Amino acid sequence: MSKIVEGLRYSDSHEWVKVEGDIAVIGVSDFAQSEMGDITYVDMPDEDEEVTAGEEFGALESVKASSDLYCPVSGVVVEKNEDLEDAPEKVNEDAYANWIIKVKMSDPSELDSLLDAAGYKALTEK
Amino acid sequence: MRYYDKLIFELSKPGRTGYSLPASKYPELQIPAGLSRETPADLPQVSEVDVVRHYTNLSQMNFGVDTGFYPLGSCTMKYNPKINEEVAAMSGFNALHPLQPESSVQGALEVYYETEKALATITGLDRFTFQPCAGAHGELTGLMIMRQYHISRGDLKRTKVIVPDSAHGTNPASAAVCGLEVIVVKSKENGLVDVEDLKPLLNDEIAGIMMTNPNTLGLFEREIGEIAALVHECGALLYYDGANTNPLLGRVRPGDMGFDIMHLNLHKTFSTPHGGGGPGSGPVGIKEKLLPHIPVPYVAKNEDGSFSIVKNSAESAGTVSGFLGNFGVILRALTYILMLGKQNILMAGPLATLSANYIKESLKDCYKLPIDTVCKHEFVFDGLINDGADKTEDGHGATTLDVAKRILDYGFHAPTIYFPLLFHQALMIEPTETESKETLDDFIDAMRKIAAEAAEDPALLKSAPHNAPIKRPDDTTAARQPILKYKDCK
Repeated sequence: MSKIVEGLRYSDSHEWVKVEGDIAVIGVSDFAQSEMGDITYVDMPDEDEEVTAGEEFGALESVKASSDLYCPVSGVVVEKNEDLEDAPEKVNEDAYANWIIKVKMSDPSELDSLLDAAGYKALTEK
Repeated sequence: MRYYDKLIFELSKPGRTGYSLPASKYPELQIPAGLSRETPADLPQVSEVDVVRHYTNLSQMNFGVDTGFYPLGSCTMKYNPKINEEVAAMSGFNALHPLQPESSVQGALEVYYETEKALATITGLDRFTFQPCAGAHGELTGLMIMRQYHISRGDLKRTKVIVPDSAHGTNPASAAVCGLEVIVVKSKENGLVDVEDLKPLLNDEIAGIMMTNPNTLGLFEREIGEIAALVHECGALLYYDGANTNPLLGRVRPGDMGFDIMHLNLHKTFSTPHGGGGPGSGPVGIKEKLLPHIPVPYVAKNEDGSFSIVKNSAESAGTVSGFLGNFGVILRALTYILMLGKQNILMAGPLATLSANYIKESLKDCYKLPIDTVCKHEFVFDGLINDGADKTEDGHGATTLDVAKRILDYGFHAPTIYFPLLFHQALMIEPTETESKETLDDFIDAMRKIAAEAAEDPALLKSAPHNAPIKRPDDTTAARQPILKYKDCK
């Protein structure tokens, strides 16, 4: 059973968002990391790059597969988690503690279309 | 299998060589200082016998179609007849140079011409280019021809390619490399392309669709006629991924199904060495209307019966490799076609299909068969029915990876695993037509034993292989912290 954290918003492509003011902290769910298997590389956008809700912003590579990451919100990247460059396994160890990027949101109303923990739980149990 | 794991560099002793050269008679003729390297090349210093023993020992640890059954799905690991090698070794062929004058290589050019004619007859396409050196290279070439066709008609909006979700991973990759955008069309529950899902995707921005038939589940796309009509109606072209040609060989032709462009993997369907033994060859076939866009150079027959090399064509998609591709592979493929002849080549597909269905039916009470129907040359299980999870503390039973590792202990090559992506525990088996019933039975017995072992003691599978010289390489660490040079080994 994969872990789902209350209070986060989730996309149906398995990213999570934690809202801190106008900043969205974005990572992938525990379900996503367990489906991927041992993650070997996290491809992230650089600071100041623009991201768009529903569009690709990076990718996870594992021994098994490569999977695109889709941005749950639009805005500008203010920080990427540089720790993941040398230690991608951190995403496997704790997918919620190890965020991937922080985005300054341009349209916080986009958060409304994301799932809450219960909605995401229902999605992963399908 | 004798264990041997040395690198040639470990055998190196300073000053040891396998040759002896006299002192130069022309000491004044030196490589200009600015052009010679500052440090000597770091080559292993070994004698001839060191080299021979080293590579002979390594070769004895190899597994290939010459040593055993190799049911690697999607790869068509059929036996490679030795006459192919004999023909390729003929001095008239193997001593040729690609820059020789045309008049001195008429025989080789005739080989290209005859192979093209044979492949055209077998596939229902009209012309072939032999430039591409592998299957994915063929895909890229085919898409370049497709793009060039649209551009030459001034139809510049067509920048998207439709690819089914069951496709070989090379299809979307080739489209992306060609600068085209990939749109995925879904499969239905029965594993076939969903025509209703395809219809709304078709418009005047679609350059073409890439399909494999039978698809990667080994299932024949029965609605291909309707799909071809729809795709052509919207002005797009159909590309046939020829990786799965073997079951249809000469019986059902891509050209007749409505495909405009296709590639063949000579190293799969036409029995030339691959799987580390390459090189490959991925000739691309086209309908006559696309001939202006075929890569140059290509071989043409003149009115007087001689052959020449066409080097320029204003609307060509370009040149995708040096000269005319991997000639030795083409020669082996032609040998295979001529040795089988018209009658026997028609037997390859039915026998490959019979072998696959025999294994499928003999194992489906032990392994999950998600789509229970008659398959073509290959089929996909979705892991074990009883993975022994109840015998473990953590509830994790034996996986497809564990089955694949355990089959090595029984002396077989593993099937393809975790592809296609439609199933979580995919185990893809393709036996080919060159295996006897006895070999298939031995494999079935081993797979049944493994299923029984999993149900009783999954730990036995999880710690496999037990008899192979290399156990389970740590591919995660290898991917996270690759060591790419011998000198970086600690």
